[in-house]
Order: sequence, then structure tokens, then C-alpha cells
Amino acid sequence: MANLTENQRIVITGVGLAAPNACSLREFRRKLLEGQSEIQEIDLRYMGTAPAGTCDFPETKYRKKKENKRGTRAGCIGVYCANEALIDAGIDWSFYDKKKTGVYIGLTEHGTVETENEVYNISQFDYNVDYWTHHHNPRTVLNNPAGEITMNLGITGPHYSIGAACAAGNAALIQGVQMLRLGEVDLALCGGVSECTGSFGIFASFKAQGALAEHDDPKSASRPFDQDRNGIVISEGGCLYILETLDRALERRAKIYGEIVGYAINSDAMDFVLPYGPRQAECMRLALDRAGLEPSDIDIINTHATGTRQGDIEECKAIREVFNGCESTYINNTKSHIGHAMGAAGVLELAGNLLSFEDGMVHATINLDTLDPDCYLPNIVANSPKQLDKVDTILNNSFGMVGINSAVILKKYTF
Amino acid sequence: MTRDEIKDVIIEIIEDIDEDAEMDGLNPDEPLRDQLDLDSMDFLDIVMELRKRYKLQIPEEDYPELASLNSCVNYLEPKLKNV
Repeated sequence: MANLTENQRIVITGVGLAAPNACSLREFRRKLLEGQSEIQEIDLRYMGTAPAGTCDFPETKYRKKKENKRGTRAGCIGVYCANEALIDAGIDWSFYDKKKTGVYIGLTEHGTVETENEVYNISQFDYNVDYWTHHHNPRTVLNNPAGEITMNLGITGPHYSIGAACAAGNAALIQGVQMLRLGEVDLALCGGVSECTGSFGIFASFKAQGALAEHDDPKSASRPFDQDRNGIVISEGGCLYILETLDRALERRAKIYGEIVGYAINSDAMDFVLPYGPRQAECMRLALDRAGLEPSDIDIINTHATGTRQGDIEECKAIREVFNGCESTYINNTKSHIGHAMGAAGVLELAGNLLSFEDGMVHATINLDTLDPDCYLPNIVANSPKQLDKVDTILNNSFGMVGINSAVILKKYTF
Repeated sequence: MTRDEIKDVIIEIIEDIDEDAEMDGLNPDEPLRDQLDLDSMDFLDIVMELRKRYKLQIPEEDYPELASLNSCVNYLEPKLKNV
């Protein structure tokens, strides 16, 4: 992707997010640098309690309570993030056309929460399906969160969801880049959302798989790379980016958070749930090749690691292979603070590192009390943030079930 | 149920659908849709709530009977007289 013209170079000019510890980019950055987890125990139907990340954001800031009730939690999060991102980017609808604006939302899954709720509802009426809601289909169609955003904002360009398990946020970001380069749209709102803390089934399935985190203190439950990690902390959340071509961004004198200079998605073609390091390494290499960068050019690798036994080890193996000898490449993990926000994970975690371009800090991986020797990497930033001279590049990994890997590379934009 | 009780139930259901709904000054003879932020999905919510509360099965062809507050009461009065 080297030597692209300005109308092929894609930049991030706005960010809107809802995380378990913040509802704006600056607040999110501050919390990550402070290193305080806000994971709590939540009650789940049939299951009891589990540690989880839930988001506290002004839900009726951009849409009426009535709309939130009719729509989905994912839609509610998406509408908030979309509005915040547009405001952050200072988008003026006389400059961009709503017909040429695309909304691409990454989802790990969708409809599980609504279906569980509806089955529970009819269980109160002896499973008589006359009591099944007419809202079920519009709530569970896969484009639901993206569609709710377009209805809220009157955007009439394309909208759809990208299903890519826990790589979905990155996949949607990549979709936005591609659609802008193709000229299909002039402005892209893209990222990911997740409402999965509303589903007992998602928790129960991870538990049955032996991959659900348990800890006496919920704030310590998400502990990637730590010897005592025992699984995933599930979170809800969302993060949407405003993407535009560099020429248009410069024309309207937009603030530029960074440029997406490389990306890759590939498949393990191996296993339903087990990750595969060699293919993850291939994915990172492909993203680097496309960016025209060497591994040693990367300043921060924001890992996908979720706190599962094998997942963390595989990713560390892959990083060790690709980044062997890269002394100035630092490694961190955002899930240790906010848990695993599934479809939102990749983009939310990238957002958590975006302001490194401004402050030169690498936020820490928290809850890393005893490093698992199999997760050893020379430059893991553990428990307190690291100040670098400068940060110019970030590589963000995001992997998912049924064997999907993604890597996105961001570069600081210098005017 | 009396006519007033039925009217209160309808208002309560609408307020549950949209708590921002301005119920004061509602003309009981004018269509609810002309006065409130309600659409066809909201009317299905009213139908569903009546089903849940009173086991009332309202056939689709009768939905126009629910157009205004007074037409709701007229339609529901005989159906809810023993409630």
C-alpha cells in the first residue's frame, strides 16, 4: 500500500466509543493509563454470577427511550458511538453526502440476546407462540445494529454487518477502507459493537468449554499472559470510527488520528475453537507487507490475547516468530482492563492505543502478576505504562473462532 | 371493567411504550397516530399487551377499531365486561 495517492490513503478522523470503563476516547485513554479495571460481577439468567464488563453511557443522548426499547442493545450502543464519532470528526453534511456514506458494523454474533429473551418471555405463557413478539425479526436480522444507526442519522448509503467472530471489529474497519478505495462511499462509519453480556448462553458456552474466567475479585479476572489466567471475561461495548480519504480530510482541515496503512485477514482452516499461531504470524506478515513496513518498524503490538490457556500462548508464539529481535517493539493488552468486547474488541482496543501517537505512552497489560513462561516476550508492558520517545506505528491483532485472524496497522499522520 | 378503567389501561400501555408521550390534551375521538409518536409496530405492542393482560385475541381485521381512544374503549368494553 506504499505510494498510494491521497484519494487512496485512508485516515481516521473521528472516534465514538462505549467501553466498560469509559464513554469517550479521552476518558478511555486516561483509564487505561491509570490501569484500573472496572469489571464487575453481573447476574445471568439460569447461571448465577460471572465477571463481566458493562457500559455506562448516556443512552438517551441521541435517541428516545422508546427507540431504545424497540431496538436492540447493540443498536443502542451503535447509535451512541456513531453520533459521538461524527461529532468528534466534525462532519458537516453539506461537505459529505448521506447517500455516499456507508455504515459497516462488525459483529461476533447477533440475535442471541433477543432470542433468549423471547424464549424466556413465552416460557411465562406456557410456550404459547402467540406471545412471541413482532419485534423479533427486525431485532435479529444481522444488519440490525448498522440499520438502527442509519435510521437514527438518516444515512441512506449502504449499511450492513460483517460477521467475523471476535475479529469482526477489525474486519469492519477493513471493509470501510476497501469501500472508500473503491469509491463506493466517500465517508465510512465502521467498527464493531457487542451486546453479548445480555446472553446467558454465551457465558454458559464458554464455561462449558472451560474458557470462562473465574476469580474472587472480578477486577482481577481478566489476566492475559498471567500464569493464573483461567479464561475470558465477557464484555459489551462498541467503537465506531469515521474513515475518509486523506485528500478530503485535508480539504476540510480535519483532525487526523492516524492512517490505516496495512491490514490482513486470513483463515486457519483448522479447528472450530482452537487458535493457530503459524497462521496468525502469516496474517501479521501480510499486513506488514501491504504496509511496506518491516517488523522492527512497529512500535506497539496490541495483542488479541483473551486470557485463555492456549490462545495466549499461540499469539505469543506468532509474535515471537515475526518480531524476533525487534528491540523497540512493545507489547500490550487492553482486554486485561476491559475484558473481551467480542465484535467490538479489535476496534475498541485499537482506540485504547490510538492516543499513543500523541502521548508516546504504551498502556500496560494489567493483572500480570506472574508471567507464564510460555507467554514470554521481551517487551511486554506489564502493570504500569511505558513512556517511549515517540510512537509512530501500532499493529492491532484480533482473532476469532472458527479460525479467523486479522491484523490492522496504523501509522501516525504527520501534517 | 368500566369505560374509564379501560381508558386508563390503554393510556398506561401507551405510556409504557413511550414514556415521553404527551397524553394531556389528547382528543379521544381523533386517531392516536395523528396525535402521538406511534406507528404500526406500536399498535401491535398494544395488541400484544392486551393479549398478555387479558388473554384477548384481537383479530387483524379489528385493528382499525383501536384507532382512537374512544374507539378502543367502544371495542374493548364488551370484551372486558367480566374482567
